[in-house]
Amino acid sequence: MINSSLFKRFSIGLLLVWLSVFVLVPNLMIIVTSFLTRDDANLISLTFTLDNYVRLFDPLYFKVLSHSVYMASIATFVCLIIGYPFAYTIAQLPKKVRPVLLFLIIVPFWTNSLIRTYGIKILLAKKGLLNALLLNLHIIDKPLKLMYTEFAVIFALVYILLPFMILPLYSSIEKIDKSLIEAAKDLGASKFITFLKVELPLTMPGIIAGMLLVFLPAMGMFYIADLVGGAKNLLIGNTIKTQFLNIRDWPFGSAASITLTVFMAGLLFFYYKVGKSIKNRGNNA
Amino acid sequence: MLNKNQNSIIRLANAKKSFDNKLIINDLTLDIYDGEFVTILGPSGCGKTTALRVLAGLETLDSGDVYLENTCITDVPAEKRNTNTVFQGYALFPHMTVFENVAFGLRMKNIAESEIKQRVKDILAVVKLTDFKDRKPAQLSGGQQQRVAIARAVINQPKVLLLDESLSALDYKLRKEMQNELKMLQRKLNITFIFVTHDQEEALTMSDRIIVMNKGNVEQIGTPREIYETPINLFVAKFIGEINIFPGVIESCLGEDKYIANVHGCQYTISTALSLQLDQQVNILLRPEDLRIKEIDAKATSAQITGHIIERNYKGMTLDSVIRLDSGERVQISEFFDEDDPDFDHSLGQKVAVSWVESWEVILKND
Repeated sequence: MINSSLFKRFSIGLLLVWLSVFVLVPNLMIIVTSFLTRDDANLISLTFTLDNYVRLFDPLYFKVLSHSVYMASIATFVCLIIGYPFAYTIAQLPKKVRPVLLFLIIVPFWTNSLIRTYGIKILLAKKGLLNALLLNLHIIDKPLKLMYTEFAVIFALVYILLPFMILPLYSSIEKIDKSLIEAAKDLGASKFITFLKVELPLTMPGIIAGMLLVFLPAMGMFYIADLVGGAKNLLIGNTIKTQFLNIRDWPFGSAASITLTVFMAGLLFFYYKVGKSIKNRGNNA
Repeated sequence: MLNKNQNSIIRLANAKKSFDNKLIINDLTLDIYDGEFVTILGPSGCGKTTALRVLAGLETLDSGDVYLENTCITDVPAEKRNTNTVFQGYALFPHMTVFENVAFGLRMKNIAESEIKQRVKDILAVVKLTDFKDRKPAQLSGGQQQRVAIARAVINQPKVLLLDESLSALDYKLRKEMQNELKMLQRKLNITFIFVTHDQEEALTMSDRIIVMNKGNVEQIGTPREIYETPINLFVAKFIGEINIFPGVIESCLGEDKYIANVHGCQYTISTALSLQLDQQVNILLRPEDLRIKEIDAKATSAQITGHIIERNYKGMTLDSVIRLDSGERVQISEFFDEDDPDFDHSLGQKVAVSWVESWEVILKND
């Protein structure tokens, strides 16, 4: 008994220390920094200001934000369109095959995503694989400009983030009681109506979870925009990175970072509320 | 007995179905008549649920046909069949209210919303759930969910209602109540019910006819009384209720369907419609309530089957005893109380004689 309670305290203590040192303190430092002033010699000077947040309302940054939301949204939507049939198909396959396919979805994670993004460069380059294929098939007669376009960024985001869409979708699709589908059929519903009225609503939590898991990281994946997007197709992550590493304006970078975090927290809160209201709708009615 | 005058509402003809090379139903032919309450009874894995799913269109046959009112519907999918199912776990849509669940089938038929409202209201009144129409299935008790599932199925006015082990998830008391309610509902709605269960008591209580299945085959079809009182083979006899089996050898024929059989060295007169040969071995089947315990009569001229009482259980209505016969077999006897009978109270360990009411026995050939 004493041992187990000691162990409990030790584990909780370790967790607390870990979270404080690596999550709480750094975040507090960023919050504090975001209210300080830039200093060329020491990076920051200890003068309080709200200027960093005010500057975020500059139309230039708003444009980056809206373009970033736009690209991340399209990537999320494309992931959903590809991911749903994908997850649905896996869930219909024999139980023995499913783990193998899920494993195959996870395998690309073993390669660093930076390296995989370079791979996309090879695929999409002017003399890259895709253009070569299309030229050889005589579908096009001169190479397409694929790199450094919005398309390239969205393509790369979809490629990197698709598993985050498939996995939650799969787990919610697989959970649906097969007898519900049979019941709908028995009551005269076609396959399509069954999907629309039964399967889709029941997988809504998976859809929302998948969308968040794709959308939130998509906003911040600066290296993808750096490598395949060129100067015009920036994500918010790029702005933050540039402020820290290139312009060396740490306070402004911090403010942008905090704003992004708050924005994402807002989305998560929304998800939580929606999830709760789906559950509650029945309980209070 | 099959009533040939009635019209078959749904018919399964020479149905065969196997899964993974395992034969689940084997050349099954069933006729269900309009308006009856039929139970398909059998142990788990006997193919009863598969047979039901074939009727619903949720399972396709390897060979054979399904007819609904003499029209072949073998290739008609479930969504186009005029049958509805009450699923084992009810399969209520968890994201819909009771109202939406019950209205689902009518909405699929594009019936006007005003009519749907009225019909849902009516059927919810029948199953006594009027006040629950806005609840979600998760907020209902097992019995209420069960009634929603029934309402959701019968509102479509199916030709046949298929119920798959529909009461097995309920506790004993609720199950008893639901058995009566189902029976009443069936009379009120006048829909043919096909009920699948492994519970013989449930089958006896509710059915007009029982179909006893085992290993993909029909063992016996008959009214509950026929099934209980005249089982046609040992499987049916053992599956329905308790039964004692005495081995007998035919010693002589008395004519008029009567024979003398030797049971454990004692001679008994048995009656059966079977034609039996001398020296033929037979099984003499007796329900516990058909047997009687008697004090040993020293003056008796003929030999008696004797044994010791090894268990006495008071059951309220009856007194149940287990007797170990001198031949080593155990026999169960269930006697109604008769306080005026001086012979009634036998004590544990006492040596007694066992007999039965003549002609109450069922004779099966031993082959």
